[in-house]
Amino acid sequence: MTLAEIRDVLDAEVIVGEEKLDLEIRTAFGADLMSDVLAFTRAGCLLITGLSNPQSVRAAYALDIAAIVVCRGKPLSDKFIDIARELGIPVLWTRFIMFETCGRLFGAGIVGCIREVHLEEKQSAK
Amino acid sequence: MPSEGYEEYLEGIYEIFGRDFVDAGIVSSQIKNGLKSRGITESIIRRVAVITFEAEVNIISYARQGTISYYVLPDSIIIEAIDVGPGINDIELALQEGYSTADETIREMGFGAGMGLSNIKKSSDAFEMSSVPGEGTRVKSTIWLKGKQQGEDVT
Repeated sequence: MTLAEIRDVLDAEVIVGEEKLDLEIRTAFGADLMSDVLAFTRAGCLLITGLSNPQSVRAAYALDIAAIVVCRGKPLSDKFIDIARELGIPVLWTRFIMFETCGRLFGAGIVGCIREVHLEEKQSAK
Repeated sequence: MPSEGYEEYLEGIYEIFGRDFVDAGIVSSQIKNGLKSRGITESIIRRVAVITFEAEVNIISYARQGTISYYVLPDSIIIEAIDVGPGINDIELALQEGYSTADETIREMGFGAGMGLSNIKKSSDAFEMSSVPGEGTRVKSTIWLKGKQQGEDVT
């Protein structure tokens, strides 16, 4: 799916990244907890979050996240937008809640960047 | 704490202050850019970025101040995070996923899920940690530049 199609499915506004609307995205991860974003996202995925502070953009940059969808109509600070622009990370903004956002994208063919998490197993594997 | 014989490979050292949440991730971005300009592969840079981001958030969340240094050796990258702060009494417990002593402010920022240290460990090929309660904590991560280490998920 392209970023433009994602925008349409989510009835979203493109806040940053008008020039990257043909970016192809196949996977996503949704969370408000940056700790989980850091632990579970994979490079190239879409990040769906309601956390609109500057750290989320920097985390997205660190993790090679393709683009951010800010859901629930969370207000975006100028700082958030400036940093996203500076780091070259597209930002879409939608009024849909996270459940609705994820459901619409899943229905349109986007899948999770991972499917499930087995903390215990991973730990004992070390 | 002096580093052991790899001082000449120091690429950068960054100072971080406790409770400076707004700037969380800046050091990680800078180190990432530094490695990009050296032509290090993306999957390795991503692991370094995760390690440095988590280390940064840890210092901001729990310590008074600290430094993150990174070294690029011929065969590896070493990241050292050294802080002055309360230290950790039980390192094994602190490494457990889900264990956290985070307060409300940390959680409001989206952190404090108890994933940080285990995430650093998972992203490293070699991981060392030591702490003196009441003084501070030191974390050292090594990532090999050649060949994927067993058990590492770098996708």
